[in-house]
Amino acid sequence: MGEAIVRLDDVVKRFGPVVAIDHVSIEVLAGEFFSVLGPSGCGKTTLLRSIAGLEEPDSGSIYLNGRLINHTPPYQRDVNTVFQNYALFPHMNVYENIAFGLKMKGAKKSSIDEKVHNALEMVGLPGMGSRKPSQLSGGQQQRIALARALVNEPSVLLLDEPLGALDLKLRKQMQIELKSLQKRLGITFIHVTHDQEESLTMSDRIAIMCAGKIEQVGSPSEVYEEPRTEFVANFIGISNLFSGHLRSGSDSVLILTTPDGLEIKCLSDEISLPQTATVMVRPEKIRITPYEPESQALESPRTRGSEQRVQAFEKSLTSAPGDVNFFRVRIEEIVYLGTVIQFIVNINDRRLVVLEKNYDKTLEFRINQEFFISWDVSSTVILPEKGIFAKAKDV
Amino acid sequence: MYKSLDPPKRRIWGRKFAAGLLISPALFWLLLFFLIPLGILLIYSFCQPDTSAPRGVSWYFTFDNYLKVLNPKWSSEPEFVDLKPIFVRSIWLAIVNTAICLIIGYPMAYYISRRSPGVKNILLILVILPFWTNFLVRTYAWIIILREGGVVNTILTGSGLIKEPLQLILTKKAVIIGLVYGYLPFMILPLYASIEKVNPSLLEVAYDLGANRFQAFLRVMLPLTVPGIVAGSILVFVPTLGAYITPDMLGGAKVMMIGNLIRGQYVTMRNWPFGSALSFILLVVVLAVLFLYSKYGIEEK
Repeated sequence: MGEAIVRLDDVVKRFGPVVAIDHVSIEVLAGEFFSVLGPSGCGKTTLLRSIAGLEEPDSGSIYLNGRLINHTPPYQRDVNTVFQNYALFPHMNVYENIAFGLKMKGAKKSSIDEKVHNALEMVGLPGMGSRKPSQLSGGQQQRIALARALVNEPSVLLLDEPLGALDLKLRKQMQIELKSLQKRLGITFIHVTHDQEESLTMSDRIAIMCAGKIEQVGSPSEVYEEPRTEFVANFIGISNLFSGHLRSGSDSVLILTTPDGLEIKCLSDEISLPQTATVMVRPEKIRITPYEPESQALESPRTRGSEQRVQAFEKSLTSAPGDVNFFRVRIEEIVYLGTVIQFIVNINDRRLVVLEKNYDKTLEFRINQEFFISWDVSSTVILPEKGIFAKAKDV
Repeated sequence: MYKSLDPPKRRIWGRKFAAGLLISPALFWLLLFFLIPLGILLIYSFCQPDTSAPRGVSWYFTFDNYLKVLNPKWSSEPEFVDLKPIFVRSIWLAIVNTAICLIIGYPMAYYISRRSPGVKNILLILVILPFWTNFLVRTYAWIIILREGGVVNTILTGSGLIKEPLQLILTKKAVIIGLVYGYLPFMILPLYASIEKVNPSLLEVAYDLGANRFQAFLRVMLPLTVPGIVAGSILVFVPTLGAYITPDMLGGAKVMMIGNLIRGQYVTMRNWPFGSALSFILLVVVLAVLFLYSKYGIEEK
């Protein structure tokens, strides 16, 4: 991965009163798999179409390979698109569909033949050239659309929700294939999707978009572990959010006090205090147990629970008690998911989501039972919204 | 269990009978007002004209009427009409009219199909609006527009562009104007239906793959709208071939078409058998065109 191959600089696109792209600036690096993730109507497809040349931005600049391409028509841009629902030419067979781009560029018949043949091999559909699109399954059409775009060897391939119309199993398979294809070819992919799992699986970097604005750009783990806004926290995965007043506690531990009196511990040395803030904890970072730390010795949990688990739990509590958030909660809902169990627990009439590994089948969870939840203080993430940090943590 | 899913034979017959009953008025209508007159026409076309006979016809079987069309010189009649230029002119005018309607109609249909639903409806109503007035009245309007002291000539001479009024009425040009005016909606509507169905993102795909606007149109839009082009062309070509009012009122005797010729045989010449034969030949030409279309249509599928 090298320098920026596509660069958007303060791009704005309006459709009447609707601002589809609202002052967006991003850089896509050469050779990376870049995803634009957002709910439908957030402007992600418009963003992609602006890069393809099918929409012209109202203001701002788009650069491709360092060249300003705002006014370059789509047919003169070195990018190709895999459209939503494939949009294969129904009056042409598979060969003619794939050869279309090469023909437009005036390639020789022999070289077209060879390239189409190779493209069909690449997507795993050799010998399908004479079929009509209507004779192909959805997955096959998808592959042909991919071959039709890639056969032109563009510097950037744009993918507009390419897997949206496929069934779940095929989608999972195509995700892996797309990713490995991208690695093999080394072509930059810009992929638009509303499926957060899909973008986490495939991308090197993800831009999360909401209402025309880019909320955050980062690697899958960055956007998951350290979301910068409430929107990102909620859109990628599930999150438990707490808002309140932040003050310093002991050492580097900060304490957030919610209006209903909960005290949540978190870590940060970059923040100016005191002030209001929102913090987040992921459901899988929370542990749930029936035991209170004081009663451990009495009840001898080793005889009941998984030894390893209890040891880990004890360790987290005893090694540095100040570094753990600990609450007594009431179980409201239990959803058994096999490998994990999802709980909705109630604390001060707040509902939190907890995902616990299914580590001990003898543990009985009942609704309205009192349980204890805990999480490491480092798992509490402060959302850096509204310029909360003293030092600029921006990209 | 499975047995009960198969309706008994009697019920199938009952259903067929009910269906037959429902379409019988239409069948009766077709029989009475289409097939029987057509049969009479066919019989007449093999008879000999005889002005002294009660119906202007003597019931004597002959191929004369058809042979006369194929070889006009063979005619034994004194008032000999050269049919060839009339046939050639009719087919030529039908082709020209179809071509002009296609050239004007395609962009119009394309434009309409790309508007918002509300605007689309208004434009489509405007396209069929002329049908709310009688065709004869509308053709009279064209006489007023095109005649020597008509709207066009008044404007042109009044503005000093020309000194002498143009001879517009009673020319081939006037007939073509009238035909295009009359049959354009028949071209626009099927074209619109066809263009409307084409997924607009297919054009974007073409641009994306390096086709400019013209190439995208030629290689994607045009081939996908061939069914509309063919349907519209037939809807214009067939009635133009038999057009009667327009050439009669705007072209006069100099721009006679088959329709006028047939009318002349029935009304003026009182030669019903020859008129019938001409009608049948026209019918065969039209059927041949439709046959080609249906064959093409099957290939499309």
